[in-house]
Amino acid sequence: MVLKAFFPTCCASADSGLLVGRWVPEQSSAVVLAVVHFPFIPVQVKELLAQVQQASRVGVAVLGTWCHRRQEPEESLGHFLEGLGTLFSHEPWLQLCRERGSKSWSCKATRRQGPAPLAPACEDQVMLIFYDQRKVLLSQLHPPAALPERQAGDATASAGGLAAVFDTVARSDVLFQSDRFDEGPVRLTHWQSEGMEASILVELAKRAAGPVCLLLACLLSLVSAASACRVFRLWPLSFIWSKLSTCEQLRHRLDQLTLVVSAHRAEGPAQLMRKANALVSVLLDMALGLLLLSWLHRKDRFAQLAEALVPVADGSPQHPSPPLPTPPHPRPLGLAASHSDLAACPVTGGHWACWWPGAPRRGSQTGHRELQHLLQWLMGAPAGLKMNRALDQVLGRFFLYHIHLWISYIHLMSPFIEHILWHLGLSACLGLTVALSILSDIISLLTFHIYCFYVYGARLYCLKIHGLSSLWRLFRGKKWNVLRQRVDSCSYDLDQLFIGTLLFTILIFLLPTTALYYLVFTLLRLLVVTVQGLVHLLVDLINSLPLYSLGLRLCRPYRLAAGVKFRVLEHEAGRPLRLLMQINPLPFSHVVRTYRLPSCGCHPKHSWGSLCRKLFFGELIYPWRQRGDKQD
Amino acid sequence: MAGPGAGEPAMEDERSFSDICGGRLALHRRYYSPSCLEFCLSCPRISLRSLTAVTCTVWLAAYGLFTLCENSMILSAAIFITLLGLLGYLHFVKIDHETLLIIDSLGIQMTSSYASGKESTTFIEMGKVKDVIINEAIYMQKVIYYLCILLKDPVEPHGISQVVPLFQSAKPRLDCLIEVYRSCQEILAHQKATSTNP
Repeated sequence: MVLKAFFPTCCASADSGLLVGRWVPEQSSAVVLAVVHFPFIPVQVKELLAQVQQASRVGVAVLGTWCHRRQEPEESLGHFLEGLGTLFSHEPWLQLCRERGSKSWSCKATRRQGPAPLAPACEDQVMLIFYDQRKVLLSQLHPPAALPERQAGDATASAGGLAAVFDTVARSDVLFQSDRFDEGPVRLTHWQSEGMEASILVELAKRAAGPVCLLLACLLSLVSAASACRVFRLWPLSFIWSKLSTCEQLRHRLDQLTLVVSAHRAEGPAQLMRKANALVSVLLDMALGLLLLSWLHRKDRFAQLAEALVPVADGSPQHPSPPLPTPPHPRPLGLAASHSDLAACPVTGGHWACWWPGAPRRGSQTGHRELQHLLQWLMGAPAGLKMNRALDQVLGRFFLYHIHLWISYIHLMSPFIEHILWHLGLSACLGLTVALSILSDIISLLTFHIYCFYVYGARLYCLKIHGLSSLWRLFRGKKWNVLRQRVDSCSYDLDQLFIGTLLFTILIFLLPTTALYYLVFTLLRLLVVTVQGLVHLLVDLINSLPLYSLGLRLCRPYRLAAGVKFRVLEHEAGRPLRLLMQINPLPFSHVVRTYRLPSCGCHPKHSWGSLCRKLFFGELIYPWRQRGDKQD
Repeated sequence: MAGPGAGEPAMEDERSFSDICGGRLALHRRYYSPSCLEFCLSCPRISLRSLTAVTCTVWLAAYGLFTLCENSMILSAAIFITLLGLLGYLHFVKIDHETLLIIDSLGIQMTSSYASGKESTTFIEMGKVKDVIINEAIYMQKVIYYLCILLKDPVEPHGISQVVPLFQSAKPRLDCLIEVYRSCQEILAHQKATSTNP
């Protein structure tokens, strides 16, 4: 096999000396880590190497000689270097040579073929591969090569292929601790020999991080202890907490913060990245939340929000009510529905006067008014379909009364809405995700009546469908066998058949009316669910995006390596082949996939097929499932 | 394929082939040493005719919409779309040349260079390479040949874990593939011979 010599680019201009590094026999490659310069005492060099070997568990040894000379080769130096081969015996013995100021290199690797010191030596072919030591030291290969356990006394660590090179350089950082300003016995050249790299800010942050983390950890433990106390486990409160997505989000953030400030050191690079990603995510969240807060407090936005959410802008008692026209004469049931029929309802008659369309409105149409118009449209001839008058009237009035009750409750709350919103807005300083979760909860609270309508419509429709299917079987003379879970034939009596057929006819003629109400309310409910789902997706995105890893990939691409790439440098015939090894960075999609933070996991529960099936049969759907919780 | 003589630069030669659709390809072979070989396959350039045709179609469609809607934003939007589309095409889709570098006892490297200069590289270590073969495939209504690398299965010694096709956007014909295949097999045979006798 061709012998591969990995040579650091920082040593290419170093003075002559000894090559120090690790020999990997399985790949026939020599990883050069540093150059030891003349003058040196061999015993001290061997001591240094033994120290490094013990500290880093890497089999560091003297691999050969390095000669950086002028044009004329000096004979004495050549003999001297060959003599060193007998002093530090290593198989094979590398001899790298470079002429000063030119790009011509020469390499020789000699092996002794027999045990005797004067046995003939054979030469191997050598390939030079240059690598940037600093980048290889700091980078991390993905997927990480599975390393065997470091057994006691085992000075070698083996990993496949190029992962061995990365591993060797990464673990030998003990060797790179001394620079040329140190007064040590041995003078080395490596990537840090011009001076150790450090940053004042990083060191200060490390010093300050200890006490800050301790303080935050205490605070967080207090908060989690308070939230775990017995009061919150009682039934009504625990039911409410499980329904609100804000609590879920707060709990998630608390877990993340606890992870970040925990006193344990990160076990591996993956844990470190996770901590860093969590920290950056929390900081960004808070920054965005503060921005939102500052935007909301400007220009009286809360009042506008309150007006938008609560449709009592013109019905509140502070405003003088305009003169209202008298409601028309009530007409009996069974004739064309109009506004007049609403007045016929004794309970709601007086109240409906407030909502007469003639009253002036501020701003655009409100949601409830739209809903009422929708119901009135349904009670008429929607889309040209002719509905069953009696059922239509009953259902329409039932739903309209519900809306009226709902509006009355909101009416009661209207003076306090602005204050409640203002106080809830303060929670935005905890993070944008918390504010969005609160928004989602407010939406679900305010559209509670739509949810109720959906449940009523769905249950009615479901009952009708089951009744129809059962009576259809009766019509054909069959029956559902519950024991055997299949359809069996059955002989019915004449009166059973008669009544069954009558009921079947009634149900089937009432089907379009029920189906239409069900369709309308399901669409409304799906609209609300879609809006909530989008909000949750946004929250999920902010929670799980690994921003630190993405920033690292952008600014320091060599840190996250997918592999390596080679470039052939200028080649002359008769000279060894020279390659440059560079780091191939991980693509952005892989970065996101590898370092995604675990989040609340908001994803659709059903496939499209099962969703359609449930909609058709009138079963209740809850499309977005949180981790084990039901979302209202 | 004789090696270089003393003092001569690395041997290079260039031949022209055609791809499966009939376009012209240029195969540039560089011989650095008995253990290192590089093949560079250049794809046909983007033609002015197709570029003009696409631009004219988009602008005619935009002008048609403009006469319907009387909104001049459509025309500016069409210009933006054309520019962005061209930039995106040059940066993400159009491959200028594909390079295959084989280094004995190190590995095989494939590089795709896009028209905007972007390069995307994959390196496979020699320890993972089982063999380089020419395989047949049914592609729409044609039967084509393609060169691929077989990767070893870590679990099963005689199994194949993955097939990596080469020159996917250049799609050369069999004569070009045979050239590349012969040189690859020489190096692989040499590598297998030396790896069994270290």
